[in-house]
Amino acid sequence: MTGPVLSVRNLATSFRKGQGWSRVVNGISFDVAPRQTVAVVGESGSGKSVTAMSIMRLHNPEKSRVEGQVLLEGRDILALPEAQMRRIRGNDIAMIFQEAMTSLNPLHPIGKQISEAILLHNDCSADEAKQRAVALLDKVRIPSAASRYDDLPFNFSGGMRQRGMIAMALACKPKLLIADEPTTALDVTIQAQILDLIRELQREEGMGVVFITHDMGVVAEIADQVVVMNRGDEVESGSVRDIFFNATQPYTRKLLGAVPRLGSMAGEPLPRKFPEIDGVTGAALERDVMPDTVRHDQPPVLSITGVTTRFTINKGRFGRASGRVHAVENVSFDLMAGETLSIVGESGCGKSTLGKSILRLVKSQEGKALLNGRDLFGLSKSELRSARRDIQMIFQDPFASLDPRQSVGRAIAEPYLAHGMGTEAEAGRVVGDLLEQVGLSADMAQRLPHQFSGGQRQRICIARALALSPKVIVADESVSALDVSVKAQVINLMLDLQAKYGLSYLFISHDMAVVERISHRVAVLYMGEIVEIGPREAIFANPQHPYTKRLLAAVPIPDPDHKRPSKVADVTELRSPIRDLDFAPTRRDYRQIGEGHLVMA
Amino acid sequence: MLRIVLTRLFDAIPTVLLVLTLVFVSLRLLPGDPALVALGDQATAEQLELFREQTGLNAPIWEQYLTFLRDAVTLDFGTSLITGQPVLDTIARNLPYTLELTFVAVLLGALMGIPFGIFAAVRKNKLPDQSMRVFTLIGYAIPDFYLGALLLLFFGLNLGLFPVIGGGEGFLDRLHHVALPALTLAFVKIAFIGRLTRTALLEVLSKEYVRTARAKGAPERDVLLKHAMRNAMLPVTTGLGLSILATLSGSVAIELVFNRPGLGEMLMSAIAQRDYPMIQGGVIVFALFVVVVNTLVDIGYQIVDPRLRKAA
Repeated sequence: MTGPVLSVRNLATSFRKGQGWSRVVNGISFDVAPRQTVAVVGESGSGKSVTAMSIMRLHNPEKSRVEGQVLLEGRDILALPEAQMRRIRGNDIAMIFQEAMTSLNPLHPIGKQISEAILLHNDCSADEAKQRAVALLDKVRIPSAASRYDDLPFNFSGGMRQRGMIAMALACKPKLLIADEPTTALDVTIQAQILDLIRELQREEGMGVVFITHDMGVVAEIADQVVVMNRGDEVESGSVRDIFFNATQPYTRKLLGAVPRLGSMAGEPLPRKFPEIDGVTGAALERDVMPDTVRHDQPPVLSITGVTTRFTINKGRFGRASGRVHAVENVSFDLMAGETLSIVGESGCGKSTLGKSILRLVKSQEGKALLNGRDLFGLSKSELRSARRDIQMIFQDPFASLDPRQSVGRAIAEPYLAHGMGTEAEAGRVVGDLLEQVGLSADMAQRLPHQFSGGQRQRICIARALALSPKVIVADESVSALDVSVKAQVINLMLDLQAKYGLSYLFISHDMAVVERISHRVAVLYMGEIVEIGPREAIFANPQHPYTKRLLAAVPIPDPDHKRPSKVADVTELRSPIRDLDFAPTRRDYRQIGEGHLVMA
Repeated sequence: MLRIVLTRLFDAIPTVLLVLTLVFVSLRLLPGDPALVALGDQATAEQLELFREQTGLNAPIWEQYLTFLRDAVTLDFGTSLITGQPVLDTIARNLPYTLELTFVAVLLGALMGIPFGIFAAVRKNKLPDQSMRVFTLIGYAIPDFYLGALLLLFFGLNLGLFPVIGGGEGFLDRLHHVALPALTLAFVKIAFIGRLTRTALLEVLSKEYVRTARAKGAPERDVLLKHAMRNAMLPVTTGLGLSILATLSGSVAIELVFNRPGLGEMLMSAIAQRDYPMIQGGVIVFALFVVVVNTLVDIGYQIVDPRLRKAA
């Protein structure tokens, strides 16, 4: 029996801050055995990525200080001179990163980036390196690998890029692979493929894996050992079953309690808030089911019929139309007052375009969008402006959707004043009131966005959307960028606001577990078309369309005893929605399964 | 590669046509009678009429336009009102001096500015970076004609190391003549390109793919030159293009300071003497030069960035 591949002893990392040093990782210790996967979990700012970079010694040596020991097969690599460390990087320890697009050099062909890694650490010819790179691309299941060798990163889809990254990391058969949130930016079905791939390659190559993630579902699926981190401290570590079933630390329990579990809502037709986590004990207190807010007695507040949005692709010297992206194709649904309809699907399925089409932020070619009986698509510019008071939008990135130089009070008051709903003084009162509604305090109005955390900013965006007392809020991936515990809080806030004001939500998301909590009804979008729509309970308990089934099956289950079956061979990618100019979409028929549950035939 | 160059040249045709049209229109819009300007106040009505007949000014406007285009395309710019020589000959005599001045100045600027910028970026906030900052400030602050005069006085007159007049004959002599004026123009170029390289490189060095390159064990030199610098060259290429154009117009003043022949010197005297055909020829050549430089920058882009090649 051999010893651990990697042994991290009391690792502490500090960054230079002004004249002094500030500790960001504070005494982390763990071992990684061959073929073993150690997951390092924590929320943003917990220091998990800093730990990974410290092991690789990739921090700027002038601005950082790494203490403790990092033993690679017994040798302390923190004590090595940089020239020797360089021979370890990419050779003995390899790393893959979160964003494969930005982590690959955009100007170098993918294949060349892989053979570069081979040539750096092996004594072989360029031709040999190329052959091995092609073999690696084949190994990570890039179709017709040899012909893709000279492709640039932008020719690859997100999942393929991450597979290219993995091929690069495996180029020198490393003893240890550090994966820093490798699937966070990917769709669930692609995530499932990448996780399967890592597991299988680990079995074949016998390497140890350090897997950094914030997603407890992924941890349950892939990890043998778990290290929980919080604000630079190691909170708890142990086997994956110990952590999930016998966690001793409140923080660990809190983290686990906040994880949305798919299927936890079976038998409940109405939305339910995320459980409240006791800050001291970490115990999860399940909340009451929300009251029924849906007004079935009224006509629908928003009624969409046959919305079709296509983008023309222009090519060549004179911008001749060469094809069309069928982003949204003949989509129809009703949204009742007080109802939440979730639009789910993977990136590129057209869900965001659908949201934008309804608000006329992009132009649709066909269809109707009746808001309180008025067709938004038929309104003049000034009519549309006043109609938009009733339908507001919250975006994904709370960092990018607030002006960094505008106080949050101004940001919230802006739509109120722009629509002439009151005077400056009244706006001030409304802002204070709204900030309290979203769980902040009125005196925060003078602050600038950068003084708030991500979750607080999303609350501010919600307050801004509420300023016009809208009937409908389109929430486009509004909680996707937030940590689990913060995500739960924002969803709970949205449910409270719905109960209070009878708001209707069009909740656009790829996160099935969150959708299960918040929705009354769910529509599954695939290649611009609704393939299945129905009551949330029916969709989750009795999915009919193969795509819905695939989507649900790919969601990792945060329970180490119920691992998702591995399906490595399945490398299907979302098909391209680009069609020829003369393409005529087929007429779709829907089959009724149950009350309001329709599936594409 | 040849296809890229040909495509780009093809793309430049409409631009050239637009430029020529603008020159034509602006000449017609200028106040005053060209015939009167050409022949002077003393000319009789018959002389004026004869002149208009000979120069085609009586013809309908579209015919004048077509003639103008034909002349421009065949590089027939007419004859100078002052010397009576073909404008093309004068331009052909002066153009090489301006081109060599611009070329040497930009070459110096790039060859010194880019390494300076790399050095400053790698040693950010250290002595090389600080010195670069001071140098940039001086480079931007000193007007080039003043710097030119200083260099001329010191190296040319006091030390007698460089000629103070003319453009020189033969390769070495011309190089000797172009050294001081090129250095003058290069001074601000070095500051500009150095600064641009530093900013672009610092931006690229913070990118994740640079971290990836380090993570696979690439030595720092490879990281810098193979991974970072190629990406940083994109904004630098644009800067170089702008820089060439700025040098071209900057050369007007420098040619006067150093008493060098060249387009600038030629245009200045043509304007002073109201030599319209000469001005027109000079403006067209300048405009064509701008188009050529832009085309070169476009081609440079495609060399640096393979994504553009695939898209084309």
